[in-house]
Amino acid sequence: MSNDHDHHDGNDDHELRVSKIRDGTVIDHVNGGQALNVLAILGIDGSKGEEVSVGMNVPSDRLARKDIVKVEGRELSQDEVDVLSLIAPDATINIVRNYEVIEKHRVERPDAVTGVLSCPNPGCITTAGEPVTSKFEVLDDAVRCVYCETIVRDEIPSLIDT
Amino acid sequence: MSVNESSRTPTTNGEIQGGGKSVHEQMRHDHLITSKQLSRADIETVLDHAAEIDADRSAFADRHADKLLGLLFFEPSTRTKMSFETAMKRLGGDIVDMGAVESSSVTKGETLADTVRVIEGYTDALVLRHPKQGAATMAGEFVDVPLLNAGDGAGHHPTQTLLDLYTIRENAGLDDLTIGIMGDLKYGRTVHSLAYALSNFDTRQHFISPESLQLPREVVYDLHQEQERVQIREHESIEEVLPSLDVLYVTRIQRERFPDENEYQQVAGKYQIDTEALETARDELTVMHPLPRVDEIAPAVDTTDHAAYFEQAHNGVPVRMALLDLLLRDGGETDE
Repeated sequence: MSNDHDHHDGNDDHELRVSKIRDGTVIDHVNGGQALNVLAILGIDGSKGEEVSVGMNVPSDRLARKDIVKVEGRELSQDEVDVLSLIAPDATINIVRNYEVIEKHRVERPDAVTGVLSCPNPGCITTAGEPVTSKFEVLDDAVRCVYCETIVRDEIPSLIDT
Repeated sequence: MSVNESSRTPTTNGEIQGGGKSVHEQMRHDHLITSKQLSRADIETVLDHAAEIDADRSAFADRHADKLLGLLFFEPSTRTKMSFETAMKRLGGDIVDMGAVESSSVTKGETLADTVRVIEGYTDALVLRHPKQGAATMAGEFVDVPLLNAGDGAGHHPTQTLLDLYTIRENAGLDDLTIGIMGDLKYGRTVHSLAYALSNFDTRQHFISPESLQLPREVVYDLHQEQERVQIREHESIEEVLPSLDVLYVTRIQRERFPDENEYQQVAGKYQIDTEALETARDELTVMHPLPRVDEIAPAVDTTDHAAYFEQAHNGVPVRMALLDLLLRDGGETDE
């Protein structure tokens, strides 16, 4: 339950913003300001009735400011969360059942991500209305379009396919 | 050597030389998307076969009498298209040509993925040129017949590379080679493909261009992955490097890359070669150009012993014959 430790400081405002969940997934230690991108990557926009709590720019020991995302009723698989490593390399994932954290793990950089990012190269075939899903190879400090081979280092959040 | 693997996992020489599948078997029924997928052994197989064909074309005249090659050129082309057509006909086969984009179903909004799947059913192999980068990689995912990339935007042009390598090997040899590649290095797909392929050999590569047209960081990244074998230097001026070169590969700097005519004239003028400039070059220097040229090589150079660009263009036929022959061999056929 370490994800909640930062907030058990008697500050009701924090409690209100980032409440405990019963069953689901808590994504903690997300880089400050990236919570909405986390939701975008996971394809969660609330339109299907998902119960989601988001804390943004919360003071943290490990990161100066961090975001927290809590998704009720959905246990995210390792494949799903590994994609988050692109924008939140320090994120920790807590799987919660009946208010207890039953699983806790870090995100790991995948070899490739499919269908999550859009290629920024207007000359790339994946931006030309073809029936093809984007695919990026994950490098040490960047991602690379498998089709046009464009390398993107710093602007990865802006490529998230929403 | 499947399409997606090819961009990241080059075939290893060890696998080929270690008694596994022969390179002919590996290349048969395969796509040629980028020169990165070619190992040194692959390249040598194609070039050796091209030399064999060059020595006696009549021996290959009816090799593929029952085969059809589909030409899908979504961008204009003279040399590449005509030399593929010539190569296929010299092998006894024939071609079917989509023709100009304006008169094709592309104008009705058909996707490339659909077009290649339809034409695949008519032909034994496909040649694709397309303005979008990665077009051949994607098209290759949709078809089973061999697909040859004849240029994908600013991406790759591997068959041009193979004829470039053939010309270099005939004139200067491919190992212990010092080559200067000059002009538009940013958008020039022949440059990118050539640089990748040369990294299979013991080469010193000098890249000469205006700052605004330097090699893309993607290409530099890939070349640095090969750092142990390849030495790369970037220059803004040809003078300092010309005397050391075995081969000078010139490409055209396009007017449309510059905001105005003045700037273009100023920059392009520094990357032109004439007989006076060549005075400091070695006698054995080979000057190449993928053509078409405009004014980056003066006509007076044509009659010097340096000029190899027309020979280079002619080499497109035996090299493409060699490639088609290797790719079109029947599945059950063994190497001869």
